[in-house]
Amino acid sequence: MQTLAEGLRLPTNGLDYAILAIYFVVVLGIGFAARASVRTSLDFFLSGRSLPAWVTGLAFVAANLGATEILGMAATGAQYGVAVVHWYWIGAIPAMVFLGLVMMPFYYRSKVRSVPEFLLQRFDRSAHLLSSALFAFAAILIAGVNLYALSIVVEALLGWPQWVAIVVAGLFVLVYITIGGLSSAIYNEVLQFFVILAALIPLTVLGLKRVGGWDAMSDSLTKQHGGDFMTAWGGTGIGDPNPLGANWLTIILGLGFVLSFGYWTTNFAEVQRALSAKNLSAAKRTPLIAAFPKIFIVFAVMIPGLVAAVIVPKIGTPDSDLTYNDAIPLLMQELLPNGVLGIAVTGLLAAFMAGMAANVSSFNTVFTTDIWQRYVVKDKPDTYYLKFGRLITAIGVLASIGTAFIAASFSNIMSYLQTLFSFFNVPMFVVFIIGMFWKRASMKSGVWGLVAGTGAAMVNYFWIYKGGIIDIPSDQGANFVSAIVGFVAGAVVMVVVTLFTAPKPEAELAGLVYGTESPDPDEALDEADSAWYRKPALLGWGAIVLAAACYIPYSL
Amino acid sequence: MSEPHTSEPHRSDLHKEVSELERKSATAARLFDIRRIIGGLFVVYGVIVTIAGISPSDADLEKAEGVHINLWTGLAMLALGLFFLVWMKLRPAEAPETAPDPKPGPDGG
Repeated sequence: MQTLAEGLRLPTNGLDYAILAIYFVVVLGIGFAARASVRTSLDFFLSGRSLPAWVTGLAFVAANLGATEILGMAATGAQYGVAVVHWYWIGAIPAMVFLGLVMMPFYYRSKVRSVPEFLLQRFDRSAHLLSSALFAFAAILIAGVNLYALSIVVEALLGWPQWVAIVVAGLFVLVYITIGGLSSAIYNEVLQFFVILAALIPLTVLGLKRVGGWDAMSDSLTKQHGGDFMTAWGGTGIGDPNPLGANWLTIILGLGFVLSFGYWTTNFAEVQRALSAKNLSAAKRTPLIAAFPKIFIVFAVMIPGLVAAVIVPKIGTPDSDLTYNDAIPLLMQELLPNGVLGIAVTGLLAAFMAGMAANVSSFNTVFTTDIWQRYVVKDKPDTYYLKFGRLITAIGVLASIGTAFIAASFSNIMSYLQTLFSFFNVPMFVVFIIGMFWKRASMKSGVWGLVAGTGAAMVNYFWIYKGGIIDIPSDQGANFVSAIVGFVAGAVVMVVVTLFTAPKPEAELAGLVYGTESPDPDEALDEADSAWYRKPALLGWGAIVLAAACYIPYSL
Repeated sequence: MSEPHTSEPHRSDLHKEVSELERKSATAARLFDIRRIIGGLFVVYGVIVTIAGISPSDADLEKAEGVHINLWTGLAMLALGLFFLVWMKLRPAEAPETAPDPKPGPDGG
């Protein structure tokens, strides 16, 4: 993400800029229009827990569909070929279904307003404070890195100076989130979802046409990179060398189980969308509705990546001044006439802003409800926390603008910090899953599981892998292995700590752990939600079967 | 380290607090329908892009591999926009199921 080749300047004209300008006006309009609906802090942070499932579901997938993800996954496609499907079909769908079917009842019915707040209810203050503080810090960091990435792309494509892009995009996000709160963020995400599809689909179609269709592209890439390039699992036997640096076991366990479950089920920027749904059925369906577009989006990023690898055979090598990240900008430049080009630029900018907004709107919630209200200024009336939430949103955006400028001068430090934080996600999942299914898991086991899992993953990555003690062929592969190590260490430490410390009193676990009764009576199921196409189990298993079926053409 | 019974805030406090906020929440009653915005924006975009695609220059056509891409994309966006507007017309957002108050109460809070 750090460099984009020279010479990618797009031939934008007034038409394209008009399309972009209309979008920016609509973004602000949503913020102002949503303002009337914000009366309490719950409206501001969780949309009053009242949104319909299709809105939260599309926001759930869009919050993940930031521009760094789009450009990065196209880059992965150009570099590793069809193997990029693993990040979607095994690295996302099972975790999203698990969140919807298994975890969401505990999350939603307990009425927690954030992921750390669940840890407070289930474990203790130390687990809560640790996860809140780290989440808040990481959210600002990622928002800043996102902003910096945006400025690089905008500079290359449109020729704006980096600081202009950082300040303009940052201020737009500041205004629409501060005014409209989470509703404004979610509505903009839904809009962004459709705009980015309107950009990626024409690009994919024209790209395929350019290289003579799928079969011609496949032949050409097979000649260039070997037969495994166009298959999902080719070359992933244990011990086989492959460019991904991972085998089927580390893909399934590391990526598919630990990393993806950690990200999708405990990352508050995602879970927040589901918590804002209007009832339990809608909350369960949020990640399930998101799963279906997620299955197919991979084609709209992988194919442009593969096409770029055909058009520029040396992409990503020292012989070419184009990096893998340039795949989508390159095709935009080569294939899109003015008009659709404006849509594509708008979609890309929208995706950057939505990615940043997802982090900001989850940051302000955790900072206000989990840190400020819980530990610093307690027991004030709700209007105080609403005002504070708006203030901290503005401060958070300004901090991420600052972070973006720091990233511009010290990009290595930033990518290092991001790696560090990624290790914190790993033990989150183990702590959640043990906490939700084992009543005995003690209060103290939460924080120690987090610390041990994070520590073990970092030791494995920085000392054992980077130190060269064992040989893993790529950072990606090492990342998968570190995740598995962190998971196992976290689990073992939780069990051991539990054996020596006090359990949480059973009464306080009601509704938080499998096999306990929620203190609230079950809300009556909405009449309309009993329709067959709204049954969570059917949607969830349908997504799993569909994802598995998608593997078939690339596995035989 | 800490005694199990006095250590943490009670579950019921959180329940009470959030339930109370849910009752006062204004989102369900006052938040506009996003279908109007998606529909409106895509109709506008669809019209703009379709017009741009009606008589493409040879250069544009050649660039896009001979596909009338603006025309097709514009029409598709127009169709999506209309879909959202029609959907909203046919299935308007239901009134919030639990009206906070039988009479339109003042903004208490």
